[in-house]
Amino acid sequence: MGQTLTEKILAAHAGREEVHPGELLNVKVDLALANDVTAPLAIEAFRSMGAERVFHPGKVVLVPDHFTPARDIAAARNCALLREFAREQGLEFYYEVGRVGIEHVLLPEQGLVLPGDLVVGADSHTCTYGALGAFSTGVGSTDLAMAMALGEVWLRVPESMLFEYVGELPRWIGGKDLILHTIGRIGVDGARYRAMEFTGPVVDALSMDSRFTMANMAVEAGAKNGIFRADEKTRAWLEGRARRSFQFLESDPDARYAEKITVDVSKLEPQVALPHLPSNVRPVSEVGTVEVDQVVIGSCTNGRLEDMEIAASVLRGRKVHPRVRAMVFPGSQAVLLEMVRRGWMEVFLEAGAAVSTPTCGPCLGGHMGVLAEGERAVATTNRNFVGRMGHPGSEVYLSGPAVAAASAVAGRIVHPEEVAG
Amino acid sequence: MSEGMVLEGNAWRYGRDIDTDVIIPARYLTATTPEELGPHCLEDLDPEFANKVQPGDIIVAEENFGSGSSREHAPLAIKGCGVSCVIASSFARIFYRNSINVGLPILECPQAVKDVETGHRLRVDLEAGTVENLTTGNKFQAQPFPDFMREIISRGGLVEYVRERLRESKAGGA
Repeated sequence: MGQTLTEKILAAHAGREEVHPGELLNVKVDLALANDVTAPLAIEAFRSMGAERVFHPGKVVLVPDHFTPARDIAAARNCALLREFAREQGLEFYYEVGRVGIEHVLLPEQGLVLPGDLVVGADSHTCTYGALGAFSTGVGSTDLAMAMALGEVWLRVPESMLFEYVGELPRWIGGKDLILHTIGRIGVDGARYRAMEFTGPVVDALSMDSRFTMANMAVEAGAKNGIFRADEKTRAWLEGRARRSFQFLESDPDARYAEKITVDVSKLEPQVALPHLPSNVRPVSEVGTVEVDQVVIGSCTNGRLEDMEIAASVLRGRKVHPRVRAMVFPGSQAVLLEMVRRGWMEVFLEAGAAVSTPTCGPCLGGHMGVLAEGERAVATTNRNFVGRMGHPGSEVYLSGPAVAAASAVAGRIVHPEEVAG
Repeated sequence: MSEGMVLEGNAWRYGRDIDTDVIIPARYLTATTPEELGPHCLEDLDPEFANKVQPGDIIVAEENFGSGSSREHAPLAIKGCGVSCVIASSFARIFYRNSINVGLPILECPQAVKDVETGHRLRVDLEAGTVENLTTGNKFQAQPFPDFMREIISRGGLVEYVRERLRESKAGGA
């Protein structure tokens, strides 16, 4: 019987020929990740376990990206905990402010995640690395502590769902629109405990940055992981980045899927998720008149070069609406530097947008753009739950970078062609 | 969570997709202890909850409880405000793992959820996996845990499980 890509990676890390959905396995991890919110609890659990050394100092990565640069004294204390642990354990990959990026933009950029890898991270958006053909999933701090101590975690083999994207991708449509549309179709628990495998000619033609965006939001459908077959685009993207050798795997033609869903993208409009669920998705033309106070462009979902390029192309020569605060959060120092080199910083600043150092910042209502009661934002982030970006009486609309940038100019949620033609 | 325990408390009934951001908002995530987190539990969904909940009370919710972020602060906040157990029609996967790992008893039991309203008196037998609604008189059987998870639970949570593994490997390597 054939195996899916997800099953093959799990089998390889469990020392097995094949595995079946529902089985519980102990698997070896290639990388274990935590951030300034989840690492303090993980370090505490690590010590409670009686562990002294991490299983491999090159395979445990700490990224202080959530409340950094430290937003207050408590955040500074937590960052100090990470810093001291990284020093004590001799971790090879620890990133300080000025070098740090948003974890799920940074790690692939640094060549730390490769096709065929098995990665766990104490952050739910760890599923992002599925774009590279890796199995990666979010866990809690105690699970992460086990991974740090033993280099292993227990996992239940998920059933896989196959998504095939066909048709002609219209202008202005990117990875964010595809994944929002998909979540709108299956719901926030439509892939609960399952693997989402993204395939089809549209996906083959999609940029790596758009693939990262899609895999990133698999968790918003409840999935354990999202995954793409690594291809020549993956290989090209990894050139000069990969720090180890890697192997390309793919699903067998007779692999078993719990469900197969085909999405024809030809008539897709830019998608917007209305408050307060990522599945509350409508085409932008059906959103109605929604004035916004704030626009957030960036995050682990849409903080990559392609996202910045799209936003800059919409904002070039235009001004942010007088009523709107527009903020740009590049995902890493490398993205930020490239924005300077390509002249996009000038575009954003001249348009009247603020540009931040990389941080998760407002996405989770942490800092740098928290909303007041009654305020409304359109954001390229991943969650629009009650209170996600600030006051429980505020609202977040999720979109891709084109809609967000156009809405910054219009002062209300619009189709990008209304602003940029 | 320890087995063989019988819990009794009043139900707090909520809907579906109760996410970790409303269980414990991110603005409190610089705190790490149940004592600090508990007073803010479910604050954005039900500002009365943390003040009124009594030790031993039980949260009852519909599908996909604990969706969203991986923050272990969510089950810790629920423990911190004195809740003894969460019963839901289904759980989001990371929350499910986290609850087992930190010793918050959880039961998947959609039939019981349909039967329960806020204020009902419930009795939960964790070993037998049963939920008894003392107000309606109905009794329900929850989904059993897989053997591997029972082993983690019986060893007292994941920390204890790993501690034993490390002890064994040290003994073996010496």
